[in-house]
Amino acid sequence: MTEVALPKIAIRGVTKSFGRKRVLDGVDLDCGTGESLVVIGGSGTGKSVLVKCILGLLRPEAGSIRIDGVETVGMRRASREKMMQKCGMLFQGSALFDSLAVWENVAFGLIEGRGMERVAAREIALAKLASVGLGPEVGELRPGELSGGMQKRVALARAIAAEPEIIFFDEPTTGLDPIMADVINDLIVKCVRELGATAISITHDLVSARKIADRIAMLHKGRIVWHGPTAEIDRTDNPFVEQFVHGRAEGPIRMEVRAA
Amino acid sequence: MSSEAIDDGTGRRPPIPRTNFLASIGSVFLAFLGATGRLVLFALMSLASAFSPPFYPRLVLRQMVNIGYFSLPVVGLTAIFTGMVLALQSYTGFSRFAAEGAVATVVVLSVTRELGPVIAGLMVAGRVGAAMAAEIGTMRVTDQIDALTTLSTDPLRYLVLPRLVAGLLTMPMLVLVADILGVFGGFLIGTYKLDFNPSAYLTRTEQYLQTMDVVSGLVKAAVFGFLIALMGCYHGYHSRGGAEGVGQATTHAVVSASIMILLFNYLLTEAFFAR
Repeated sequence: MTEVALPKIAIRGVTKSFGRKRVLDGVDLDCGTGESLVVIGGSGTGKSVLVKCILGLLRPEAGSIRIDGVETVGMRRASREKMMQKCGMLFQGSALFDSLAVWENVAFGLIEGRGMERVAAREIALAKLASVGLGPEVGELRPGELSGGMQKRVALARAIAAEPEIIFFDEPTTGLDPIMADVINDLIVKCVRELGATAISITHDLVSARKIADRIAMLHKGRIVWHGPTAEIDRTDNPFVEQFVHGRAEGPIRMEVRAA
Repeated sequence: MSSEAIDDGTGRRPPIPRTNFLASIGSVFLAFLGATGRLVLFALMSLASAFSPPFYPRLVLRQMVNIGYFSLPVVGLTAIFTGMVLALQSYTGFSRFAAEGAVATVVVLSVTRELGPVIAGLMVAGRVGAAMAAEIGTMRVTDQIDALTTLSTDPLRYLVLPRLVAGLLTMPMLVLVADILGVFGGFLIGTYKLDFNPSAYLTRTEQYLQTMDVVSGLVKAAVFGFLIALMGCYHGYHSRGGAEGVGQATTHAVVSASIMILLFNYLLTEAFFAR
C-alpha cells in the first residue's frame, strides 16, 4: 500500500460485524488532504458501512480511524459534534428532511449546527443552490416536489453549505439517468475543487468513479483488495478489479445469492 | 468441558433446546431486562440533553400544538360520550338502592380521577404515539436521522426531547378539557334524560370534589403524556427494514404505550389511594 504523507483520514484494521456477518474485516486505507478517493465494490461489500464508521454513525469493534491525526473511534458526543463540522455527507437516497423547505434543508447545518441567523443562512443556502444549478424559486419548495436528480443536487448543496474540509458521497449517481448522473459527477468535481476539500465517495458506477476520483480503492468481503491511481484501474492485473471492471460473472468475486 | 458444551466447532453458540423450559423462561426474562434497560437509557440520554444548549423551544411548541390542539376533537368527543354513559350506568345501579343523588358525584370523581386521564391517554396514544413512531421511523429508514448527525445536530436533542417535553406539558391541559367535557356529558344526561334539577346537579358535582381529585388526574396525565411520547420516539428511532419496519414500530408504539398507561395508572392510583 502506498504511504500518503500526513493523511487527512487514516483507517487501520477497522472491523465491523452485524450479528455473525463480518462486514468490515480489517480495513486499512488512507486519504490525503485534498484528495478525491473513490471506494468501489459490489453491493453488500461494506462500502456504506465503512463511510458510516468514519463518520461515527456506526462504531467499529476494532481498529482505528484518525481524522487530522485525532482518533475518532470512541470519541465523546460533544467532540464528535465538533468533528462533524469538518464533514459534509451526500446520502444515497438524498435524506432530505421532508418537513422543511428546500432552502431550510440546505441551511440546516448552518442554523442548527453552527447557530447562524436564519436570514444569513438563507442567503448562503440560495447561493449554494445556485452553484448546483437550482434557482431561488426551488428553495421554497418541499423535497417531495422535486425530481430525483433535483433532490441529489439539493443534497449536494446541503453537503457543501458549511464548506466542509471532508465530503462523503454515498452512491451519488445511483438511480439517475446517465445524463443526470454526469451532471452530478461534474458538480461533485466542481464543488470539491472549489472548496479544496478531501472527498471520499463510494460507488459501483465506474463511469462516475473514473470522473471524480484521484485514486480508487476496491473493497471486497470487508477488505481493501486493490488501490491505486484512477488511470491504473484499466491496466492492473488484479483479478478482482479486472472482473469488476469488465463486469464478468466468472472470477474471484462470487455473488451471494443466499443471505449469509 | 464447559467450552465444549457451547462450542460446536464453528464458534457459534448452539440454540437453546426448546425442551429446556427454565432456559426459555430465563432467556425471555433476560430479553425483557435488556429491552427495559435500553428504553430507560434512551429516556435518560434524551432527558440529559435538556441541561445543555442548544435548546429548541419552537420545536416543543410545534409538538404541543400537534399533541394538544389537534387531539382536542377526538379527546373531547370521547370524554363527552364517556361522561354520558357513566351518568346512565351509574343511575341504573344507584336507582336500585335509591341513591340516584350520587350520580353527579360519581361522574365527576370517575372522570377526574380515572376516566379523563386514561381515555385521553389511550386516544392520544393511538393518534400521536403512532404518528411519532411513523415520522421518526421513516426518518430512520431514509437516513434522515444519520443526516442530522452529520449536520452536527444531536437527533435525541432535536427529535426526541421536544416530543417528551411536549407530551409531559400538554397532556394535563388536554385532560383538563376532557374532565370538563366528561362532566358536561354527565350533566346533559342528568338534566335532559334523568330529570335532575340542573342547579342541584351542579351543586352535587362540586360538593364532594376535592382539589386532590383533579390534581391526581393531571399528574397521571403528565406521566401518560411522557410515556406516549417516549414509546413513539423509542420505537420509531429503532425501526429497521423499510416500510414494514416502520409499520411494526407504529404498532409497537401504540400497544406498548397503551399497556404502559394502564400499568402506570394502577401504580399511580395505588400511590394516590394511600393519601
